[in-house]
Amino acid sequence: MSLSGVFCSYRQEGKDKIIFVTKEDHEASSNAELVEEDPNDPYEEQGLILPGGDINWNCPCLGGMASGPCGTEFKDAFSCFHYSKEEIKGSDFMEQFTAMQQCLQLYPELYPQEDEASPKQSSKDSAAEGPSAANSNPAPEQDSDTSNPNTESSPGS
Amino acid sequence: MLKCRTVWRKLAPLAKSSSTLCRQNVRRAGLNNGRTPVCVPAAHMSSGPVGGGGDNLKYALLVGAVSVGGLVYAVVTMKSDQKRYEQRIEELSTRPQKTSTKPTAAQIQSEPPAVPEDQPAAAPSIEEPSSPAEVEAPKEETAPETTTPPVADSTPVSLKLPAHAPYLLIGGGTASFAAARSIRARDPGAKVLIVTDEPDLPYMRPPLSKELWFSDDPAVTDTLRFKQWNGKERSIYFQPPSFYIRPEDLDGAENGGVAVLNNRKVVYMDVRGNKVKLDDDTEISYDKCLIATGGIPRNLQLIERAGEEVMKRTTLFRKIEDFKSLDKVSRNVKSVTIIGGGFLGSELACALGRRSTESGLEVIQMFPEKGNMGKVLPEYLSNWTTEKVKKEGVKVLTEALVKSVTCKDDQLEIKLKDGRVVTTDHIVAAVGLEPNVDLAKSAGLEVDSDFGGYRVNAELQARSNIWVAGDAACFYDIRLGRRRVEHHDHAVVSGRLAGENMTGASKPYWHQSMFWSDLGPDVGYEAIGIVDSSLPTVGVFAKATAKDTPKAATEMSGTGIRSESETEDTAVSPVASDTPSPAAENKDDFGKGVIFYLRDKVVVGIILWNVFNRMPIARKIIKDGEEHADLNEVAKLFNIHED
Repeated sequence: MSLSGVFCSYRQEGKDKIIFVTKEDHEASSNAELVEEDPNDPYEEQGLILPGGDINWNCPCLGGMASGPCGTEFKDAFSCFHYSKEEIKGSDFMEQFTAMQQCLQLYPELYPQEDEASPKQSSKDSAAEGPSAANSNPAPEQDSDTSNPNTESSPGS
Repeated sequence: MLKCRTVWRKLAPLAKSSSTLCRQNVRRAGLNNGRTPVCVPAAHMSSGPVGGGGDNLKYALLVGAVSVGGLVYAVVTMKSDQKRYEQRIEELSTRPQKTSTKPTAAQIQSEPPAVPEDQPAAAPSIEEPSSPAEVEAPKEETAPETTTPPVADSTPVSLKLPAHAPYLLIGGGTASFAAARSIRARDPGAKVLIVTDEPDLPYMRPPLSKELWFSDDPAVTDTLRFKQWNGKERSIYFQPPSFYIRPEDLDGAENGGVAVLNNRKVVYMDVRGNKVKLDDDTEISYDKCLIATGGIPRNLQLIERAGEEVMKRTTLFRKIEDFKSLDKVSRNVKSVTIIGGGFLGSELACALGRRSTESGLEVIQMFPEKGNMGKVLPEYLSNWTTEKVKKEGVKVLTEALVKSVTCKDDQLEIKLKDGRVVTTDHIVAAVGLEPNVDLAKSAGLEVDSDFGGYRVNAELQARSNIWVAGDAACFYDIRLGRRRVEHHDHAVVSGRLAGENMTGASKPYWHQSMFWSDLGPDVGYEAIGIVDSSLPTVGVFAKATAKDTPKAATEMSGTGIRSESETEDTAVSPVASDTPSPAAENKDDFGKGVIFYLRDKVVVGIILWNVFNRMPIARKIIKDGEEHADLNEVAKLFNIHED
C-alpha cells in the first residue's frame, strides 16, 4: 500500500520504508540537525598540521614519505622547512633537502625520478593549506596512501 | 673462554651430584663412627644407616667412576660442540652468497637434538653471535646459571635474524602494513618486523575479486596490476620490495625500517616473557606486538567430508594464489558454481559472469538467502540486485541449501535439500571467514564467543604491549558497540590506530571505517557502520525522471567495471514518474539513493547506493548518533540528485 503525493511517494514493506523523491522534493535545504564539530577533538583524524603546530607525520596526505627508507631524511627536510623562520621560507635547509634528494635517488622504484621535485612541492602545498589538507595532496609515489580509499582500488569513494 | 664455560656447564650438574655423594659418604661415615653428625647442607638424597667399611670402598669406586664418566662425557661433548661450531662458522662465512634466509636461520636457531635436555639454552646462546644492538637477550628458564651476555664473535651481525624486534607485527596483510606505516611515521627510526606465513609482501585484497578480473592484460596474473577508479594503474602490493629492508639488516639499520619475514608462522606466544616462537623454533622477543592474523576462509563441512575428488575441485578464495588458480580454472572448465551470496560470492559471480559472455563459461551462484547480499540489503533491494546479477550472466539459485556434493564422471554433482540438482566442474566456496585465533591459547588471550576473534578494548589492546587489528580483532566501538569487521578499510583504519597506540597515542576506535562493493554496471555502493538487513531501514531514492539514467550514474562513478560496461539497463522507465502506486516491485528503479539502518531510532548504518563522494556526511551522521525525526530531511544532506 503506498501513498502517492504530488511529488514524493512513500511505501512500507514490512520493517523497511521506501521513499522516492524528485529533485524538487529535495530542493529546500535540510532541517536535520548535526552536532557541532570540535576542531580540537583528540580522537579525530588530524590533518597535516596538528593543533599545536607540529607536523602530523601520520597524515594520509604524506603517503608513505615519512615511513619509507627515506623517511628520516624527509622528516628532517620538511621539519626544517616547516619551522623555518626565514623570510623566504626554507632557504636555510638546503643541506637537509640535498640529503633527502640523494636518498630518494637510491630508490627510483619508490620515488620515480620525474617526481623528484614534487615531494617538496606537495608538502609545501599541504602545509600552506593548513589542517584541512588531510586528504587533498597525496604524495606522488608509487604507492598510494592506504587509509584513503580514494587513492586505492575503491571505486569513486 | 668459550670452551671453559661449556665445560663448566656440562660438568656442573654432574659435579653437584657427585659432591652430594661425597657429602653423603662423610655423613654416613660420621654416623658409623659415632661422631656427631656433620652439619651438612640438606642432602638431595635421603640416606639410611649403612653397613660397614666395605661399603666405603664401593662408594669410593662409584664416585670415581662417576667423575671419570663425567669427564669423558664432557670431553666428547665439547669436541662435538667444537666441531659443530666450526661447521657453523664455515657455513656462516659462505652465507653472503645465499639469498634465502630460511635455511640459515633454521640452522643457527634450532637447537641441535644431540644436546641433552638440561643444557639446551647454554649451547645455542653461546654459539650464536649476539648482535651488539640487542637490548634484551631471550630469557632462558632452563639455564639459570647463565646470564647470556652478548658474545663477541667473528660472524657479522648482518647475517642473522633479529632475536629482538622493538615492534613485532604478526601477520603480513593490510592491517599489519597500515600499522607498520603508522609506527614508522610516529617513531623516528623505528625497527618494525613483520612475520607472515605467506610468501608475498603485504598486498590489498579487494582487487582480487574485482578489478583484476576486468583487466585487459593477459599477464595480469603475474603483474597483479589494475586500473583504479581515477584511471591510474597500480599494483596490488602496497609497496615494491625496495621499500622494505631485510630482516637480517633490521638491527643494524641506522634509521630503522620495515622488514618482512616470509613463510614463517608464529606458533607460540609467551606474554609474560614478551616473546614469540616461530614454526622453526626461532624465538623473537619484542617490546610491542601486533596480532593481525586475519582469518582463513570457511568451508562447508559436507564438502570437507566429501573426499579428495571433491576437495580438489573446490576453491576457497582469499589469497593471491587462489586468484591465480581460479583464473586458470575458469579458462579450462565449462561450468563453475559459487556457493555463497555475500560480498565475495557475489563479486566473484559477477566477475566470472562477465567472462562467461566471451568464453561460454556457465556461472552458477547459489545461497540460502532470498537474494544476493540478503544479509546486508533490505529485501526489496536484495531482490533488485539479484536481477542485476542475473543480467551479468549468472544463473542464480536462491534459497538453496546444499545437501551433498559428490564427484561423478569427473564432474561435481550438488544436491540441494529441496531436490534441485546442479552439475558443475568446479566449486568456489565463499561462505565466510574464520578469524585466526591460534595464538589465543599460548598467549592466554580472550576470544570473543559472539563474534569470534581476539577480544580487545576500544583502543584495540588485548594486554599490555599487545594489540590486535583487522579481521581478527573483536573490538569495542564507542558508538556502535562491540563488533568485528571484515572489510579492507577497517583493516587500514584499525591497523593505523593500532600503530598509533603502539607508539603511545592511546586513542580509541573513532574514525568509522567504510566498505564498498560493485556488482555489475548498475550496482555500486559504499557503506558505513552496521549494515544488517535485520534492522529496520529507511531508503530514500531519487525518482527516475527523464534526465536520470543508471547509465549516467554509471559513467560518473568511474570504476573499471562501469567504464567498460556497454550494457544499457532496460529497467529504467523514465516516463513513469507519475505512475500510480501498485507498481510491481521490478518496475521500481532503485537507481540511486541512500538507505539508513536504524537501531532504537538512531542511525547506525548508511548505504550510499550509486552515489559517491558523500562518505564524510554519512560518517558524520553515524558519529553524531542522534535521533532524527524525519530521515528524508537527513537524506537531503546527500544531494542524491546531483552527480
